[in-house]
Amino acid sequence: MKKTIKQVVVYGLLSLGAITMLLPFFWMISTAFKTGFESLQTPVTWWPKHLVWENWVNAWYAAPFLRYLINSVIVAAVTTVGQIFTAILAAFAFSKLNFAGKNLLFTILLATMMVPVEMLIIPNFVTLSQFHLINTYGALILPWLGSFFAVFTLRQSFNTIPDQLYYAARIDGASDWQFLWSVLVPNAKSSITAIGLLQVIGSWNSFMWPLIVTNSETMRTLPVGLQAFSTDSGINYPELMAASTFVILPMALLYICFNKYVVAGISNNGLKG
Amino acid sequence: MEVTFKHVTLTYPNGSEVLHDMDFEIPSGQLIALLGPSGGGKSTTLNLISGLLQPTSGDVLFGRENVTKQDALQRGVGMVFQNYALYPHMTVLENIMFPMKMAKMPKAKRRQKAIDLAKLVRVESQISKKPAALSGGQQQRVAIARALAKEPNLLLLDEPLSNLDARLRVEMRQEIRRIQQETGVTTIFVTHDQSEAMHIADQIMVLNDGVIQQFAPAQTLYTDPTNQFVASFIGEPALNLIPAQTLADALPAVFGQAAKSVQTLGIRPEAFALQPTDDPFLQARVEVVQEQHFGREQQVQLRLNDQLLEVTDLGPVLALNRPLMTYIKLPYLYGFDERGKRIYPHFNEVPAYDE
Ligand SMILES: Nc1ncnc2c1ncn2[C@@H]1O[C@H](COP(=O)(O)OP(=O)(O)OP(=O)(O)O)[C@@H](O)[C@H]1O
Ligand SMILES: [Mg+2]
Repeated sequence: MKKTIKQVVVYGLLSLGAITMLLPFFWMISTAFKTGFESLQTPVTWWPKHLVWENWVNAWYAAPFLRYLINSVIVAAVTTVGQIFTAILAAFAFSKLNFAGKNLLFTILLATMMVPVEMLIIPNFVTLSQFHLINTYGALILPWLGSFFAVFTLRQSFNTIPDQLYYAARIDGASDWQFLWSVLVPNAKSSITAIGLLQVIGSWNSFMWPLIVTNSETMRTLPVGLQAFSTDSGINYPELMAASTFVILPMALLYICFNKYVVAGISNNGLKG
Repeated sequence: MEVTFKHVTLTYPNGSEVLHDMDFEIPSGQLIALLGPSGGGKSTTLNLISGLLQPTSGDVLFGRENVTKQDALQRGVGMVFQNYALYPHMTVLENIMFPMKMAKMPKAKRRQKAIDLAKLVRVESQISKKPAALSGGQQQRVAIARALAKEPNLLLLDEPLSNLDARLRVEMRQEIRRIQQETGVTTIFVTHDQSEAMHIADQIMVLNDGVIQQFAPAQTLYTDPTNQFVASFIGEPALNLIPAQTLADALPAVFGQAAKSVQTLGIRPEAFALQPTDDPFLQARVEVVQEQHFGREQQVQLRLNDQLLEVTDLGPVLALNRPLMTYIKLPYLYGFDERGKRIYPHFNEVPAYDE
């Protein structure tokens, strides 16, 4: 009896949480079907009176979304691959190699995690503009090729792989490079996937940085492109919500396919991220 | 391939000197056991041979070549780690092929060779499994096959049997001996189990506190130990150690000049007899405190002037706690000085033993 009550409470709370999380998505999709007038009406209507399908068509043609999509995909793909690559090398060095100043360097890098991302916007912007990279893929990609969060997470995962495997590989005639790619990386696959997914999602959703470093239509990414719906004459909420759905859809699918890795990636390193 | 250490010392980065002035020469083609208590420096010695560690001072030679400055990659020895260290994401066959892949052997050839090796160590039916799906004994054999794959001149095994049950251990040590004899590879086998060392090795190096106590064939370690540590470490049941005063009256007759410096006596459990023997002997009045039989083994506890001794093979005991005259066979008696060095029997008058 006591057990059933406990279960009811637990599941009740979990359902409440799930509903709270899902409500904005439901609201987004429902608004995408409303007329402009209905979307602003009070009291709110949860379910649109008429399904306005044109919103979706108008939204797609309101801006060059295909271009934005291509940009978003390129930026997400390159930053993710680059970040994983640099993280693998750095995490290997911190986990398995001995070199002078290793702990000091690691501590310094760890301290950089305390610096809020917003603090870096101006210095990064200045640096990139001096390289004349503003409004290029370079500006969208370069700052994200190294992430200490990724290094840290991967180092944790490499640390769980016994040093004896490293010695065994040396004995078997493997260089550090060969050991890294033929032993360490295959054994840390799930962490690497998790880091990659977090970066794909982060890159896909990032707004501030692409907004600041791009100014031409052709360099925009999807989240920045959503601005097209906010004009001087107000915001067209139904079309904005329809477009937002396009933007979120690929990530939602990715998440559904790989959620096991995302959860593992976040819970493994003891950081909530 | 011979392995020679010349005045090798090793100090770990934390400042503790773990090996002190090690000097030895391991002959080619032999199986050598490295025996000693935990923390004695066995693994450290092995890592110095493999090149995973560099000596702080001194030289390591393979044959005539000085390899001190070479790392593990260049030295090319085969090694089996205490926990096997198989690559968990590879199948058994891929594990065995890995060293050959690193050596850039053509794929078909390394596959064939890996299968041959799997047969040699009798895991050919397991080759497509991952290590996690194997028993400890099978993993160990895979580790040996992998170590043999690059045809090393030298095979190092760090307590390879310590995780196995008693029966598998016996089986595996015979297996290792068989493989070593079939391939003729110079092999160094670390263990802290004396009976394992005695059964498997041509010669045993006893290591304690980073110092080689003695390096000799098993029989010599038993009959002719150089010091108190070796005498008490080797032998089952262990040597009885008693203060020299216990037999103060009788000693000058036996030890002569040396009697004054003898501090401790070591008496093997089989030293006592109820009748005078062909060996020279020393008479001692004792009392039998306890007698036990384990199958055909007899174990007796004797009291000799307040000292309790564990004794085997004494012969029929009639009564407990009655004075009894016994004869201590001198070849089974050792005298050690205050630093544990054996001073009786003196080294150039090694007594004859009945084998
Ligand atoms: N990396 C290290 N840093 C500092 N001291 C170490 C290190 N590795 C081992 N030691 C010390 O060196 C001594 C010898 O260690 P070693 O591992 O060679 O012993 P062992 O004979 O192999 O023991 P066991 O039978 O327990 O494996 C020990 O006192 C140990 O504490
Ligand atoms: Mg050891």
